[in-house]
Amino acid sequence: MTAASAKPATPKIAVKGLRKSFGRKKVLDGIDLEVAKGESLVIIGGSGSGKSVLLKCLLALLDPDGGSIAIDDAAMTGADRATKARLRSRMGMLFQGGALFDSLPVWENVAFAYNQRSGRAPINRRQAHDIAIEKLATVGLGAEVANLSPSQLSGGMQKRVALARAIAAEPEILLFDEPTTGLHPIMADAINNLIIASVQQLGATAISITHDMASARKIASRIAMLYQGKIIWDGSPAEIDDSGNPYLDQFVHGRSEGPIQLQVRAL
Amino acid sequence: MPPLGIAGRMIDFLATIGRRVLDILAIAGRLTIFIARALSHCVRPPFYFRNIGRQFWTIGYNSLPVVGLTAIFTGAVLALQGYVGFSRFAAPTAIPAVVAVSVTRELGPVLASLMVAGRVGAAIAAEIGTMRVTEQIDALDTLATNPMKYLVVPRVLAGLLMMPLLVIVADVIGVMGGFVVSSFILEFNESAYLINSINALHTMDIVSGLVKAAVFGLIVTLLGCFNGYGSRGGAEGVGTATTNAVVYASVLILFFDYFLTELFLTR
Repeated sequence: MTAASAKPATPKIAVKGLRKSFGRKKVLDGIDLEVAKGESLVIIGGSGSGKSVLLKCLLALLDPDGGSIAIDDAAMTGADRATKARLRSRMGMLFQGGALFDSLPVWENVAFAYNQRSGRAPINRRQAHDIAIEKLATVGLGAEVANLSPSQLSGGMQKRVALARAIAAEPEILLFDEPTTGLHPIMADAINNLIIASVQQLGATAISITHDMASARKIASRIAMLYQGKIIWDGSPAEIDDSGNPYLDQFVHGRSEGPIQLQVRAL
Repeated sequence: MPPLGIAGRMIDFLATIGRRVLDILAIAGRLTIFIARALSHCVRPPFYFRNIGRQFWTIGYNSLPVVGLTAIFTGAVLALQGYVGFSRFAAPTAIPAVVAVSVTRELGPVLASLMVAGRVGAAIAAEIGTMRVTEQIDALDTLATNPMKYLVVPRVLAGLLMMPLLVIVADVIGVMGGFVVSSFILEFNESAYLINSINALHTMDIVSGLVKAAVFGLIVTLLGCFNGYGSRGGAEGVGTATTNAVVYASVLILFFDYFLTELFLTR
């Protein structure tokens, strides 16, 4: 394992010994991870390696079986509902499928988070509409999509709207769940650029999970690999091509032969 | 595997029954916790008044055609069947009273609720189930919005308050269905029919029907929400949730109908 770059004394996000099982299947098996303020960590790994479960634990959507998660030294694990909600309101999440609300027009989706951020004066619907148009512009969408329903948009446009919603409340931490999955390479690159721009503009700390190596190389300031519920490698994007780690090598070069065996159920 | 002896088969059989019983107990436990949470959120702010208004419209107003059609044919058939039965005892004049009491105490609330279970219960389970499998419910959590308050409370309040109003409409239309058949086909005197209908009714007939309607409205919406909220596994999971919502609600409506009828029998 390669040592990560030097970190400040208090990490933005600190995960220690995180464990989570579903039935007999251990999904997370002792994850230790520290993410510094302003860092963009990309976690790579195959399907079923526990990436999504890790993100859901970070958002307290799932309760881990053991270990701890702290945001700026405030414990997320074991906290009451109000504390969890307060910590969550400092995060923005881009879901894999966008998870836009079908029953609301695009602008209401984007404005949804704005009023929820504690300490901000409530706004009326007209002001919310104007703010939503502004946020849509930052992800390259015009005012003409504001009144459309999410189902009227293409997959790439839905991802942009979902990104606008995730950044609308100006969160300190941004989480991205497979942001480029299902998009063609040009749209994927556009989304990568928007992610980089949003993270830099907000000065946010970002954690992304993906198995798209082009995306990982582009948006990461640090990469970690998850395999069978453990972090098996952690280092800078420049180091991934000659890491000397056979698991990472196989994954990065997309080879079917190697220590990682595809789990295919016998017919 | 060696063939099982009689004792082995017996243990297998008992284990199957035991697993089924445990499954049912687990569902009953989850349902009880869900109902307690939903009802407690109904009386605690914040309230999403736009959502509540929208559900009052969807569950109440939009159910009027199906409830009205059910009621008019129920009243009409009751008058015809009553004529066949009471003519044998030379007592066809009992028809107005029988139609009015049957519709207000029993058939109005039960048939309207069963129709609403099919229309509204299924729609609730499908909508919330789709939101669950497309991560929209997780997205609500990350946007500092409690899904129970945002999705469940408006539907449950609409069921509780709109169902009695629908049943008032069903009562009037049901009695009028009997009136139309009696006056135009059975050649009853119109004014005498209406006076007999009104004189036959006691306050408790109407009150007991409305109490039933409120309970059935709760059953339909709570089971729709419960099944949708807990759905798993994509389109198939949503389909199962929808079916379960309608079947469980229909069975529970008939179950509670008996006990509520017994409760009001002597009043």
